[in-house]
Amino acid sequence: MGTYLTAFIVGGLFCLVGQLLFDLTKFTPGHILSGFVVAGGILGSLGLYDRLIQFAGAGASLPISSFGNALVKGAMSEAARRGVIGVLTGMFELTSTGITAAIFFAFLIAVFFNPKG
Amino acid sequence: MASIHPELNITEEDYQTMVKREMPRPPLWRNCIIAFLSGGMICLLGQFIQNIYLSLGFSSTDVGNPTVVTMIFLASLLTGLGVFDNIARYTGAGTAVPVTGFANSMTAAALEFKKEGLVLGIGSKMFALAGSVIVFGVVTAFVAGLISAIL
Repeated sequence: MGTYLTAFIVGGLFCLVGQLLFDLTKFTPGHILSGFVVAGGILGSLGLYDRLIQFAGAGASLPISSFGNALVKGAMSEAARRGVIGVLTGMFELTSTGITAAIFFAFLIAVFFNPKG
Repeated sequence: MASIHPELNITEEDYQTMVKREMPRPPLWRNCIIAFLSGGMICLLGQFIQNIYLSLGFSSTDVGNPTVVTMIFLASLLTGLGVFDNIARYTGAGTAVPVTGFANSMTAAALEFKKEGLVLGIGSKMFALAGSVIVFGVVTAFVAGLISAIL
């Protein structure tokens, strides 16, 4: 599940690619991060992203491309068990944790803190 | 080519190259190195947290969940404290590409629109930035799932 070294290097490389796209293209960060998710999803559908996670651990599972991979994996594994309806039921199977946590914490922080600056 | 100014012997073309030369460029290499190091450090921290959860008895397939939740919590909290934006100004993609950027965009949007109320501000503006990531992720996964279900 990755070592500290592979997590650092692979995670760093993801961010390096992101920074190059931020600086050298006219796309907004929103465009580029959406692109990461789609790319992660495509790699995931080919089974390649999981191999990267095996190698780099958090270095591959923390970049946002991993979100695309997790969505695809959820949809595909349920599709394999239940057919087309599985695409719908399985979609958020693996990403539910992250989305739920992000919504709850964002809500909590917004209620108890005030914007700075 | 006509001179753009009667007393200055420069053409329009010369002028454009002069403008290009003087325009401030983003310090690309510095940005890239900082993004690499900071993004790498975040993933290193994630790996450290993941190892802690592994030692607490989570299986290697489940350990991603508490790790991601912890990173999201930290990013949201630092956003609320006003620290995240100060860091992100330097780190660029280093903090934007990991899941910390996703959590930050949701918390920052919720905070920014707080004044418009719980429902119309926090509730409906939370996904203003993070929404596109979910939409395109789901569309990709839908197509991939459908193809795999049919084949």
